[in-house]
Parts: sequence; structure tokens; C-alpha cells
Amino acid sequence: MIKKSAERIYLFLIFLFLYLPILVLIVLSFNDSKAKVVWGGFTVRWYKELFSNTAIMEAFSTTIFVSLASALLATILGTLAALGIDAMKKRGRTIMLGATNIPLLNADIVTGISMMLLFVRFTRLGLSTVLIAHITFNIPYVILNVLPKLKQSSRTTYEAALDLGATPLYAFYKITWPQILPGVLSGFLMAMTMSLDDFSVTYFTKGAGINTLSTIIYTEMRKGIRPEMYALSTILFLIALILLLFINFRPAVRRERQD
Amino acid sequence: MKKTLLLLLTTLAVFSLFQGCGKEDPNTLTILNYGKYIEPEVLDKFEAETGIKVEYEEYITPENMYTKYKAGAIDYDLICTSDYMIEKLIGENEVLELNFDQIPLVKNLDSSYFEFSKSFDPENKYTIPYFFGTVGILYNREIVDESKVNSWQILWDDTYSGKIIMADSVRDSFMVAEKLLGYSLNTTEDDKLRAAQQLLIEQKPLVYSYLVDEAQDEMIAENAAMAVVYSGEAGLALEYNDNLAFSVPKEGSNMWIDSWFMPKSARHTENAEKFLNFLCREDIAALNFDYVYYATPNMKVKESLDEELQENTTIFPPQEILNNCEVLKSLDDEAAMRYNLYWKEIKSAD
Amino acid sequence: MRNLKRQFLAGPYILWMAGFILLPTLMILYYAFTSTSGDFSLLNVTSITFSVHFKSLMLSLKLALICTVICLILSYPLAMILNNLKTKSQGLIVFIFILPMWMNFMLRILAWRLLLSNNGVINSVLGFIGLPGLDILNTPTAVVFCMVYDFLPFMVLPVYNAMARIQPDIIEAAKDLGAGNLTIFFRIILPLTMSGVISGIIMVFVPALTSFAISDLLGGGKVLLIGNVIEQAFMQEYNWNLGSGLSVVLMVFVIASMALMNSHGDEGGGTFA
Repeated sequence: MIKKSAERIYLFLIFLFLYLPILVLIVLSFNDSKAKVVWGGFTVRWYKELFSNTAIMEAFSTTIFVSLASALLATILGTLAALGIDAMKKRGRTIMLGATNIPLLNADIVTGISMMLLFVRFTRLGLSTVLIAHITFNIPYVILNVLPKLKQSSRTTYEAALDLGATPLYAFYKITWPQILPGVLSGFLMAMTMSLDDFSVTYFTKGAGINTLSTIIYTEMRKGIRPEMYALSTILFLIALILLLFINFRPAVRRERQD
Repeated sequence: MKKTLLLLLTTLAVFSLFQGCGKEDPNTLTILNYGKYIEPEVLDKFEAETGIKVEYEEYITPENMYTKYKAGAIDYDLICTSDYMIEKLIGENEVLELNFDQIPLVKNLDSSYFEFSKSFDPENKYTIPYFFGTVGILYNREIVDESKVNSWQILWDDTYSGKIIMADSVRDSFMVAEKLLGYSLNTTEDDKLRAAQQLLIEQKPLVYSYLVDEAQDEMIAENAAMAVVYSGEAGLALEYNDNLAFSVPKEGSNMWIDSWFMPKSARHTENAEKFLNFLCREDIAALNFDYVYYATPNMKVKESLDEELQENTTIFPPQEILNNCEVLKSLDDEAAMRYNLYWKEIKSAD
Repeated sequence: MRNLKRQFLAGPYILWMAGFILLPTLMILYYAFTSTSGDFSLLNVTSITFSVHFKSLMLSLKLALICTVICLILSYPLAMILNNLKTKSQGLIVFIFILPMWMNFMLRILAWRLLLSNNGVINSVLGFIGLPGLDILNTPTAVVFCMVYDFLPFMVLPVYNAMARIQPDIIEAAKDLGAGNLTIFFRIILPLTMSGVISGIIMVFVPALTSFAISDLLGGGKVLLIGNVIEQAFMQEYNWNLGSGLSVVLMVFVIASMALMNSHGDEGGGTFA
């Protein structure tokens, strides 16, 4: 009994630790006093200012675009790569996996800087450089999500299909694809999460006037207190909440989990 | 169905990727400026009036600007920065001459600031002054002994331990120590630099934080007792919190002037000149002044202000203070490297 | 034959890697071993022995270690509790930890600044109940706080995943054979979750070691980590050779500690399953 309540208290404290800062941001976003952390009355002023701030709104759409596009392209490249790697012999596979781990283990700052050095030498920095950089650090997450599913997928069924005269593409689509789909989806989701959350790599590879939310918040924070940022936090939190609820509790996933 | 959707999204993404890096829109203007140094509405108005798309980028310290420019990865058309950095870039042959025929409204600016600019732009060929001011101490009258703020020494007073904000910029922080020691703020003599460094290391335990643009808000929020800030920052802070005041210490300080110039990388020089002319326009300069709140060289704007504001010595430093101030000169590479290294040593000191 | 064809599917990825991982790494090595005038030089790499650089590396190591240990201590019992809850949807737990991550990294730092500042939320509450305030903003403590906050999910999720994979039958069997709770923990649970722990350590330690934004925004310019030194070399001093040199040192450091980690565990792939 004591153990049980100790566990409950521990859980509660951790959740408090995780969500208290967010709660503070949400409360302050409705606070009508800029300078101090004192309640100065209820207001939606910061939301109005946020929506009229074109720079932040632009950064918002850039962030959505970059994270969706990079996750998507990384998923395609990564899934293909996983299929290829899966077909390799042990040695090739080890080398490929080792190389795949580099951007994963490398410090963000080193990844960002090394890419900057490359881009500066050969091209101009712009939106495309950010996208390329994001795809690069996203691919490993996809590969590492898809490979285990490929290993689990039943080889014999696929080969049986081929023996029965199915084309490789058809056999893949009918047999392998449904089995690796959950891995592909979670790879996509993970890639998107990483891309949404990235600061360092974007910071070093972005061009003039291009900002993701991370970089614009960084510059705004270096300028002092910006209550619009609290409003932004609240909105992002709500979006994340809705999206994640949607992703996690779709009927499709539930069905998959039951098997 | 899922596959079609995926395919559609992919095509879309690939398409926009190539569109992004493919063609170059000629009607743009890429600007690099200090943080918080322009009224965002000015940019919107400029875009609306001229149809030129502004790509606006910010930096924090002049050294930061220098790197961003020198990296060469972005072709800036117009940059605003401080005197000594412009001098350095002119010396490196990185600045383009302005065509003043395209900037007729420059007549709105007080010519005495062009005289002043000659210290870094001897023939007034390259730059247009934007704002100017000094560096001083912004302090909270409720906490700080006002009889002592006329000296930089107060920044070493341990009664204010943990309540002092220093400038997070190499030259500005060294300036404070150098002035307190009675040196020139352009000194490159090693023993003097070391002495200044020693002083700054001694000060570190008392420092709440090293900040640039955030110092103002920290002071308004009363998270600290005093801060080394630019005069304009102080002017704005005074509007928000009545307890605050500003002083330029008697040992002297730095007078700076921030100006616009076109770097060699400029590819839209006509747009840049259009923008400069736009900035000099009275209504725009006034709008901008209200936001930035630094001393403006635009006399039309200054004349239109009410008397009280014109005589505000925080924003418009009086002559006797300016006489006691020095202008930063650019350092050679070797001296700059030493300043940087010594600064890093201060930052990593315990 | 079929397999050979399938191997080609990795082609685009190999090309991509060559272009955007290998080439940039070569660039960084090139800059690291040349002086500003382009001659061969070891100075950039050896400059890690300069007291200011070495000190910042040591501070980074210290903070990263503290952060990793705190995360581990917090996560392990947490993962056990969560696993015992036997919630119907495992998704919910992952969900709770991923949710803060979807709210921007920078905003989480901002939140801590608000909580910790002199007149911030925590001090207001402490003042209200008559306790003295905490002065930890702009100190290494604040930086560690925020690192733990930011990186905790990276530890909880792999540890939890590893734990959830343990078949209950194994534990039942051990119990039937008379093993006590401690024995079960040390002989079964701990070894079986080791891969998750190692993934977690890597996922926390590396970003903590190399972060520069957190110390920038919560350290008040007083906490100089190796990430800050590198960032400054690139963004303030325009000394890319120095920045690259130190990056190479950092890279070697990270790889070495990873190798050390992996030699202590089996295949550490537990994070992503």
C-alpha cells in the first residue's frame, strides 16, 4: 500500500516537472503585464500581437513545411535504403549501419557546421539547404525504425509469392509493405519530431530571412521578454496535443496493437 | 488510397524543393541589421510601396555581423553596423560607394553627423548615419546609491553582487575596464589589456549576466540593479519603469554611430538605395525613431518632437558628455585575436 | 540475383550520404588541419589544451555527466512504475513524454528562464510562503536543470521500451524457481534493460555534452561550454579553422565515449523499436 502511494507520488512529481513549465507559459500568455511575472489581469493581447507578427507566422509555416517535407523525403530515401541494406551481406550491412549511425551520434553542432562549410563552398544558403540538412539527419531514424520490421517480416511468404508468379513489385506491395508499414510510419513520425525540435542544424544552415520557429524564438529571446512567445507556446502545445491524440488513438493503430 | 496520398505529397515536396533553389527573384533586398533596430512596420510599408521583397536578417554583435557577411553564403545588399566595424570593412575593400543622387532625402539628416562619420568614412562616400549614442549605466534608483553612479567603479561594488549586468560584447566590456583604468578604449598594449582583463575577471562573481539586447527587459523587470547599456536602450527602459535612470560615468565612455552601407556582395544596389532614401523620409524616420528610441541624426524628426523629448539627455547625449567620449577604432587582426582570447578567458573564469 | 537488385535500392541513400555526410566531414577535417592562410597546421586541434578551451570541455563533460546521471536516476524507477501500471494503451505513456517535445525546444528553455529568474515564478512562490529566494539563473545549476528537462524523454522512452519487452513469463518462471525480488531485478530486469539504458545514456549524454543554446540562454554568458566556444569561433571570431579543430576534438570525444559505452552493452538498438 505504501509502495503504491509512493509510486503515485513519484509519477505525479515527474509529470509536474514535465508540465509545470508549460503550464506557466500558458498562464502567462493571458497575463496583461509584460515586465514582471505578476498577474496583471486577463488579456488576449499577446495572441493578437502574435498573429500580426508576420515574421513569426512565416517561421511557423516554414517549420511545418520543412518538417513535413524533410520527414517525407527522408522516409522515402530511408525506406529504400533499409530494403537495400536488408538485402546486403553481413559485411556490407555492418558498414552501412555504422555510417548511418554517424549523424545520429554526431553532435548537432558539428553536423550543422560541417554542412554549413559544404554549402558555403558550393552554393548559397537558403531554404533548400535547411531542407537538405534536415533530410540528412532524419534518414537514420527512418532506417532504424524500418530495419527491425523488415527482419521480422516473413521472407518465405514473399518468396512463395514470387514462386507463384507474382512480380517482385507486386509481392512487395502485397506482402512486405503491410508488414513494414508501422515501422515506416513511426520512422516518419520520429523524423518529424526531430525536425520540429531542431535548433542547431537549422541555425547554421539557414539563409537570410529564413527562420524556423526554433531560430526565430532564439533571436526573439535574445532581445528580451516577448509575451507573444508565451502565446505561441500555448498554441503549439494545443496543436501538438490534438495531433498526437489523433495519431495515437486512431482506430487503425488500435487494431494493429491488438495483434 | 494511402499510397496515392503519399505519392501526391512527395511530388509536392520535391517540386517545392526545386522551386526553392531554382530561380532567383530579382526584386528583393537582403538586409542585415542589429536586433530590435527597426520598426517592423517600416519593412512592411517599404514592401507595400515598392513591391520589393525584403529578406531581413539580424545579428547581435558587430563581430557576429562580420562573420555572417564574410562567410559569403548570403549576398547581403545592405548592412547596418557600428563605426569601427565599418572602418575595418572599408579597409578590407568590402564596401561599395553610394550613389547619393539616388538618395535625395539624405538632406533630412544633420550634416554634423556626416562630419562625425569622417572618422571612419573620411570622404563620406560609403555610409549614411542611422542612429548614435553613448554607453552608460542604466540603474534602479530604489536599489542603487545615486551618488556613486557617476563612476564605472560602482560596477565593482560588492553591495550589488549578483545584480550587475555587463555587456556581452568584447569591445563594450573592455571599454568599461579600460576607461576605469584611464586608458584609451582603443589600446592594444598587452599589459594594459591584461590589466583590464584582470579587472573584468575580478568583477565576474558580481555579475548577474552578460547580455546585449535583453538587458533592457531585465532592468524593467527589476531582475538586476544596474546594467551597462547603449543610451537608446536606456531611453526606452525609462519609459517603462519610473525607478530607472541613466548615467554616463565621468571617466568617459564610448560614443558610437551606427550607419548603413552597401557591401561588395550587394546585388540589388538600386533597391538598397531606394531603401536608404525611404529610411530618411520624415514620416518613416519618425515611425522608426518611436520604436528604436535612439538619437536620430534626422533633423526633421528631431524638430518635430516635443521639447521635453528633444531635451532628454538620455536619448540625445549633451555635448559635454560627447566631448568626454571616444570612438572605437578598428583593430588589426592580431589585436582583435588577443581581445577575443582575453574575453573568452574572462567568460570561462570561475 | 534478386538480392543484388534489391541492394541497389540503397543507392540513392549511399549517394546522399557521400554528399551530405562524408563530404561535410571531410570539409571539417580540412579546416581543422589548416591555418587561416591555408597551410597545414595542428594548432587548431591542439588548442584544446589551451586552459580556456580545456576548462570549457571539462565543464561540459561535468554538466553532461551530471545531467545523464540525474536522467537515469529519474527514469529507471519511472520506467518500472509505468511498466507495472499495465496500462491498456502503451501509446498513452509515450504520448505523455513526447508531448513536451513537440512544443519547441527553445520554448522549453524560455519556460525555465521564467521559472528561475530573480523575480520569477519559483521565487515569487517561495517569497509568498516566506522562504528565501533561489539565485540559480545564470549558473551551471540552471543549465543542468534545463538539460534534464529537455533530455529526460530521451532516457525514459528507451528504458521503458526495453522494460516493456521483457516477457512476464520469464519473471514468473524465476519466481516459481524461488528467486527473490532483488535477484529478479539484478539477474533479469537489469540485464534485459541494459540495451535501453545504453541507448538512453547516448541519447542524453551527446546532446548535453555538445549543447550551446541552453548555456547561452540560461547561463547569462557566464557558463562557457565547449559548444559555446565552437559556436563563438564560427559566429563571432570568424575563425573557422579553430572552430573546426575543436569540433574534430569534440567528435573524437563523442565517438570514444560511445565506443566505451557500446563495449559494455550488447547491440544497443533498443531506442527505436
